[in-house]
Order: sequence, then C-alpha cells, then structure tokens
Amino acid sequence: MRTHTSALLLFALAIPAHAADIAMEDQSQIRIGTADPASRTYFQPPQESELPDNAFGKLVQEGRAIFVDTKNRAPEYVGNGLACANCHLEQGRKANSAPLWAAYTMYPAYRKKNDKVNTYAERLQGCFQFSMNGKAPEADGPVIAALSAYSYWLATGAPTAQELPGRAYPQVPEPEGGYDLAKGQQVYAAQCAVCHGNNGEGQKSGTDYVFPPLWGADSFNWGAGMHRINTAAAFIKESMPLGKGGSLLDEEAWHVAAFMNSHERPQDPRMIDGSVEKTRDKYHANDGVNLYGETVDGKLLGKGI
Amino acid sequence: MNVSRWPLAGLLLAISVSAQAADPTAVYGKGGANTAAMACVTCHGAEAEGMAAAGFPRLAGLSAVYMQRQLADFASGERANPIMQSIAAALSPEEADAVTTMLANKPRPDVERIGRTAAAQGLGETLALRGAWERNIPECVSCHGPGGVGVGDSFPPLAGQSAQYLSSQLIAWRQGTRKNDPNDLMGHIARGLTEDEIKAVSAYFANLTDTGAGR
Repeated sequence: MRTHTSALLLFALAIPAHAADIAMEDQSQIRIGTADPASRTYFQPPQESELPDNAFGKLVQEGRAIFVDTKNRAPEYVGNGLACANCHLEQGRKANSAPLWAAYTMYPAYRKKNDKVNTYAERLQGCFQFSMNGKAPEADGPVIAALSAYSYWLATGAPTAQELPGRAYPQVPEPEGGYDLAKGQQVYAAQCAVCHGNNGEGQKSGTDYVFPPLWGADSFNWGAGMHRINTAAAFIKESMPLGKGGSLLDEEAWHVAAFMNSHERPQDPRMIDGSVEKTRDKYHANDGVNLYGETVDGKLLGKGI
Repeated sequence: MNVSRWPLAGLLLAISVSAQAADPTAVYGKGGANTAAMACVTCHGAEAEGMAAAGFPRLAGLSAVYMQRQLADFASGERANPIMQSIAAALSPEEADAVTTMLANKPRPDVERIGRTAAAQGLGETLALRGAWERNIPECVSCHGPGGVGVGDSFPPLAGQSAQYLSSQLIAWRQGTRKNDPNDLMGHIARGLTEDEIKAVSAYFANLTDTGAGR
C-alpha cells in the first residue's frame, strides 16, 4: 500500500469538498487521511510497568480491565457480546485503531451525532449506548471514572486539542463501482469465518466471547459508528484479520464491510415512532455509507433483532 | 461419536461390518487394521496425556475436527512429520474418525482462565496476555482463549501441552515445515518471535496446567 501513498495524498487533497457533502459525524467527522508514512512515528503511550502502585494506578488498571473485558466488568451497561478492545486493538493503545490517547485529548468536542458539545464522559457513554448496545454508565460513576483514568493515563504527555497521527481508523477509498455484497460474502468465507463463524455469530470459550459477533442480537446496534460501511472498511483494512492488518485490498475491505453490515442487528436506540423510515431520514441518511433502512435480499434492514 | 450416524450404523452393522466398525480403543491401543498405522498409545500416553520429554502432544480433549484436519495434513505433508505422515496415511477414514471422536471426549486440562484483565509479568506472560503489537503479534489468548484453553475447531488448546511440543510447533511454523494454519495466521506470528520468546511463551502455557504433559 505504501507505494501508492503519494497518489492517495493527491487524492486526499482533492476530496475535502466531497467529504463535506457527506456530512459525516463521529469518526467520519474527523479529518484524517490514509496511512501517512511521514507520521509512522506515532505518539507512544506509557508502559504498564510505569504505572504507580497507588490509588491512581489501581483506577487505571480497573479502567484497562473494563476495556478488555467489558461485559464481565461492567455488566449493567453492556447489552451484547462485545468488549471495547474488539475495535480498539492492543487495549486502546494501537495507532490507527482508534487509540484512546488520540481521542482523550480531543474532548470536549462538538458532535453532530447528538448536536452538542460532548465531554469525554459523554463520548464514552455513547459507546455504551451504541457499540455496546447497552445503557450509559453514570457520568460520575465508577465505570466512567475508571475508563477516563485509563484514557488520561494513556495520553500522558500528548498535546491537547491537536489531531494526532494515528487517530481513528485511516480512511479507505470506496471502490470505483461501489461495494459488492456477493464479493464481500466470498471474502468473509475465506478470511473471517474461521474466527467469527459462518454466520457472524462469533465464537465463545465457556460463556465469554473470544471472537466477537459481527451481526445479530449480540453485536453492536444500528446506531454504532461501525454500522457505517466506510468506518467498518477502514477498521477492517487496518486491523483484520487479527495480526494481519493491511493484508486485504481496499475493495475487499469495502465488500466485506458491506456484507457484514447488510445483516440485521439490534435496533437503533434512537428509533423514532418505531419507524425505520423516519429514523433513517433523521439519523442515517447523512451518516456515511450505510444500509440502514435499505432492503437487502427482500428484507428491510433496521427493524432490529 | 457422530451421533447422527448411529441409527444408520446400527442398520448397516450386520451387512457391512468393516466400514463402520472401527473400535477407537483398539485403534488407540493397538493400531489400525493396516499395520503401518501404529498404536497411538505408544507415544501419546495411556490417557492421551502426551509425553512431555519427547515433545509428543496431549490429544485428550482436543477438538475432533481439529485432530481430523491434522491427520489429513500429516498425510498430505502440509504438516511435515515423518512418523505421523505414515501413520496418518495408513489410518482408514473410519479409524481416524473413531479415534479422534473418542479422544475429543476425554477430559480437557483444568486450568485457570487467565485473560487480558490479568497483570502480565515476564516475557511469556506478556506475549500471552498483551501480544507484541509493534510486530502485529496479537495476544495468544485473543485467539486461543483465556488460559489458552482453545476455541472451536481451529484454535487448539495450548494449556495442557508441554513446552517442548509448543516450542517445536512454533519453530515448525517459522521454518515452514508446518503450514496448515488458516491464512498463515499462526505462521506470520511464529516468524515474528525470537528464540527467547518462543521458549518463554511455551513455558508459560505449559506451566498453566496441573494435568497432562505440561508438567
């Protein structure tokens, strides 16, 4: 991919106008290019061994534990089988995998998603409502306190209010001619099913998911950022298959992201009057590329499961 | 046993004994009908617990599908091992089915399910619970499950295996003599590990268990 970087940079210069039209929010609202070799040296969060053995260190470790084992550590707030660390690899440390150190320093920030200035606590609450298909932990409660402490510690020494290289997921250009669900299904069978199962159901060890479910009742809901095909393609291209990030072609990442997001999943908790159409108009029509409210294989997507 | 096949086997038993009649205990203890299919027990132990000093793996409690795939890959050479190649090639499909199913039903090692929430100390445990992401090496437990207990049919247990066996496999992947993992998922990891890391992570998982060949 790196050989194409200069072309991609030129391309990136040419797209801001188009990007503004899409009026994306959340990760897609963030101005980021594709992987940039000039910024290969990313911010380095501190090592776990440097954590002090005191109350602060314990709170940070509690935050880390919630982050990697969310369902067991914050069960009241989690409504699916996911953990924060499923989408934020290396426990939220990895550059280009939406690292916490690059997010923490950008809040408070305005978000189109709820049309107000959000604190970091509110941003975390959003993750629980949508990505975790659960409910928002209290802003002044122990879960947000621990996750905030963990994020703050990871960001030790990072400048505030500056977009750090490695933030979010590097965008992947949509293939010419768009995405193809049938091709996505082929990529899924060849590359993803060994871990995530033939039907996106994930795999468990005992009662705990080891490989997260990608669609269905135990996955993220229709309000999560990952339901956008562009966001999912960016994540997949960078980080999947686990440990082999960057091995899929751009178009393969798009096809398989679209395939994943062409399946039913838990309802958008913001649903208006039980109407997929109204909810689509208000929340999904201008939210990147997504299939909410579209009909795939004769089925209207978005009703929830 | 493949449960759905039982009624059929019952019906056919009288007319075609040989095809369905592989006795897993006999195959395990005495070998297959073809004498080249030597008895499993000689190397894998009376309870299929493996033989740590020689690096022969535990088979008790592994997924039957996983073991069937390994036998097929031994036969084809995707997983190179001169002893197992001739044995796997000599086992009939019925014998392989029967013996792997019997072995899968044996007890798994009972280990503490240590996951990523735990503190990680030392080289082996750090790899197991934190990975080495600067080299795109995921946490071992992120695929093999907490405590390395194994997940499904493609991610075998690490707990219960000896350090000798685990390190020999990592080395085999690194050298390309074992290449039967899906999409090189394990190969690329093994190639990224140092000698010291291979030793340390093998010892970590081997020492997690108090049953089987790990000790």
